Amino acid sequence: MFGRGLRLLSILSVVLVTGAFALVFFYAPNDADQGFLQKIFYLHVPLAIVSLCGFVAGGVYAARFLRSGDRAHDLRSYVAIHMSLILAVATLVTGSIWARASWGHWWLWDEPTLVAFLIVFLLYACYQPLRFSIEDRDRQARYAAVFAVVAGAFVPINFLSVRFAQRATTHPRVLGQSDALPGPMLLTFLVSLLAMTVLYVTLCKYELTSKHASIRLAQLRRRLAGDDDLLALPRSAAPQEL
Amino acid sequence: MTRAAAAIVRKDLLVELRTGEAVPAMVLFSLSTFVIFHFALDRDSLSGELAAGVFWVTLLFASVLAIGRLFVPEREQGGFDGFLLAPVDRTAMFVAKAIVLLCFLVAVEIVAVPAFAILLLGPSPWGALPGLIATLVLVDLGVAVIGTLVGALGVQARARDLIVPILLLPLLIPVVIAAARATSPLLLEAGAGALPGRWLGVLALYDLTFGLVAYAIFDFLLED
Repeated sequence: MFGRGLRLLSILSVVLVTGAFALVFFYAPNDADQGFLQKIFYLHVPLAIVSLCGFVAGGVYAARFLRSGDRAHDLRSYVAIHMSLILAVATLVTGSIWARASWGHWWLWDEPTLVAFLIVFLLYACYQPLRFSIEDRDRQARYAAVFAVVAGAFVPINFLSVRFAQRATTHPRVLGQSDALPGPMLLTFLVSLLAMTVLYVTLCKYELTSKHASIRLAQLRRRLAGDDDLLALPRSAAPQEL
Repeated sequence: MTRAAAAIVRKDLLVELRTGEAVPAMVLFSLSTFVIFHFALDRDSLSGELAAGVFWVTLLFASVLAIGRLFVPEREQGGFDGFLLAPVDRTAMFVAKAIVLLCFLVAVEIVAVPAFAILLLGPSPWGALPGLIATLVLVDLGVAVIGTLVGALGVQARARDLIVPILLLPLLIPVVIAAARATSPLLLEAGAGALPGRWLGVLALYDLTFGLVAYAIFDFLLED
């Protein structure tokens, strides 16, 4: 059901990620101020952008689940948020390394982008505890979807208010900056962003396929056993029915 | 819908008047928190950013108490079942509970604001009062909307007492930022400064966005 095009996507993401790293190391020039260190930018920024978009996508799928009641959308919403959380951890780690190397601190509180991202991360870190603490399957899916929609709307509001609060500009703005990146850097950045997006979609597809397979397996087992109580579903944060 | 909502509001306020569950606890919590801040910060009087921070943090933590309990009677005593059987719009429950929460918050603030001014605030509160009230209204609206939503999300969870605060606090961070920035110039030692209008704008935007989102989505939490 979810496995279509998986082979093509896997090959594409391997090629794109390899290509992006080749461009980063052999094509993009070293930054005048930060030298070699600035290369982490090509990993950190795409991670951040893709994970935020993934959170919002989780909200969109949740809204579609609420409208249609189709459990596949619930699964998609869950997987999108799950993968985005992993990328968000990677973003915080790479960002912290970069901040330590270039500003001398692991964390800066007067940085709107850092703080806003941390708040969004903290909020989404509650998604799985919420799912886990609701036992009834239908209710779990519905409540998680409501949470995902509210949190999806929260992402832009939060960035707006945190950015309003602090006007420090140590953290570089990538998009909409007046002195745009020079050509080779911009090209490398765009390829990295594309590679990260394709990688994210591929990973989501793999998780969807795997979850779908285990759900089907559990269904078949229950049918063989002929008794629902015999093989009761374990409590889980992940969707267990389709 | 108005009549159904009004009936629920009347019932909840009556229950609160007779049992006194939420508001007295919140008032006591706020007073103890002011005392704790006095000792923790080792200051006799606060002003400016510190005063605004202590005030808003105390109010928001106090609101967690009411939000955790908001839907519990409905669940335990079958209020949800009765409501779902009645031929009324589901949104009435959201509107009613948000109004009830708003009333609780206002009742707490009527005590907590003077107590804060007497116990901790250095500068005279009179100059800051109009701006403070304007901010309080916007903050209360935002907390009422988000609190009702989170309270309804949490009430069916097994670990309700854990889920409500960890969901609520990140969602309220923009409110804390805006409220603290808006009121810190009002509470300066040198006298009340101007109220920064753009923070009220952020609060109003927050209230509007989440008001609409919650209004659109609350029905799904009651469907059983």
